[in-house]
Amino acid sequence: MESKLLIQDKEIAVPGEILAEGMDFVPGPGTYRIGETIVASRLGLVQVDGRALKLIPMSGKYMPKRDDTIIGQVVDILFSGWRVDINSAYPGMLNIKDATSDFVSKGADLTQYYTFGDYIVTKITNVTSQKLVDLSMRGPGLKKLKGGRIISVNPSKVPRIIGKQGSMVSLIKEATYSRITVGQNGLIWIDGEPENELVAIEAIRKIENEAHLAGLTEKVKEFLDANKSRIKEVEMKPEEPEEQPERFERFDRERPRYGDRPRYNDRPPRREGDRPFNRRRFS
Amino acid sequence: MRSDGRKDDELRPVTAKAGIIKRADGSGYFKVGNTEAYAAVYGPRNLYPKFMQNPERGILRCSYNMMPFSGAGERVRPGGSRRSKEISLVTEKALLPVLELSEYPNSVVDIFIEFPQTDAGTRCAGICAASIALADAGLVMKDLVSAVAVGYNKGRILVDVSKEEEDIEGMTDIPVAVLPRTGKISLLQMDGQIPPAELQKAVAMAKEASRKLYEIQKQALKDKYHSFEVGELR
Repeated sequence: MESKLLIQDKEIAVPGEILAEGMDFVPGPGTYRIGETIVASRLGLVQVDGRALKLIPMSGKYMPKRDDTIIGQVVDILFSGWRVDINSAYPGMLNIKDATSDFVSKGADLTQYYTFGDYIVTKITNVTSQKLVDLSMRGPGLKKLKGGRIISVNPSKVPRIIGKQGSMVSLIKEATYSRITVGQNGLIWIDGEPENELVAIEAIRKIENEAHLAGLTEKVKEFLDANKSRIKEVEMKPEEPEEQPERFERFDRERPRYGDRPRYNDRPPRREGDRPFNRRRFS
Repeated sequence: MRSDGRKDDELRPVTAKAGIIKRADGSGYFKVGNTEAYAAVYGPRNLYPKFMQNPERGILRCSYNMMPFSGAGERVRPGGSRRSKEISLVTEKALLPVLELSEYPNSVVDIFIEFPQTDAGTRCAGICAASIALADAGLVMKDLVSAVAVGYNKGRILVDVSKEEEDIEGMTDIPVAVLPRTGKISLLQMDGQIPPAELQKAVAMAKEASRKLYEIQKQALKDKYHSFEVGELR
């Protein structure tokens, strides 16, 4: 059978729509093969990439993914960590050992690190098949958020808000003299002068609504220029110094600790005729 | 000729829209004649109480509700009834076959279907609206679902019966939900009597009509992103 594409590149496909016929096309993310046809499995934008067909989702809740940097809110304090709402169907778990390099004794009060309602920038270290999400605070830029405000956007529009190499978000940052952190889960933290924050939010909403249109960067630039009169020019707030210590005690041990004893490698070199060191001598 | 001037296999005028309820994760609107359905989807989201969670797949919850002023004259008493409970259940069963809920273990997808105005065929309109809403919510689905009710009376099969026709003495009402791509049936109910051969004919007519509904649903979803010129995508 001859292979045939039934839909144009960059068109919207609905679930169950047949995208292509024939075995010359390969199903990518968001599509599946039934017999000789390739069918869309969700609402999205078709991308024809050579022989591969894939769908870019236009909507949907955030699905936790490993190595995503996200913004979450602490909702519960557990025995050895925190439960974090990550704007998804599943909560994230932040363990003490991934949250701080301090020694925390058993039963210590964890609210001194993070307490109910705190927003944190955190990173997903692991997601299991049952969607248990592990979080970590170890890494550049991962911190507790103080001040500012949080807004929520459609998670599938986040790549457009960030732009290529962060071009879009830094455009807004510079124009509004605000600090902005965009979480992959659709939560965005904005901190600046209140008037400027409003302009930044409007710009982000504009991107969200027009994410599928061409020439978005230009439109956002125009919007920011048009709203220049509303922006209060201020010194940019300096980034807070990271509280992360450079070294972790566990890895940088300076002197032998109690209980350290000579190991195999510390023995003098063995010579020919020596008894094998691990063999017991029988008398 | 039918009382409203339609042909036997003709649907009432149909309107469909997607994404009309802003705060919902997905939403749909479906109007057939004077029957209007709004569907809002929330989720996949956290499911509590915990004993309801299924570690193998997410669960689906449907709520069917006619608004108090929606019926013909009589006030519909608010709150659930035996009827609404049953229709919620069959709606859920009609939608489940297309949803790939194994992608969302331990979670729940909630669908709320509300009817501001009813004129027969509500469960079918509700299923059509819910299917638009589910797709709009970005859920993983094998297909959409289209549904229509056919009526049978004295050897005559009517597609998409109105309340007036449904109330005729001896009218058999057969709601059918179809998965349009495969033609499989996910809901088939019957209220009345019909000879087996006629039932087959009636189901075939329902399938034919549901294909038209599918095109309307599809267009509604595509129209949400109407002014479509595509920018560079990452």
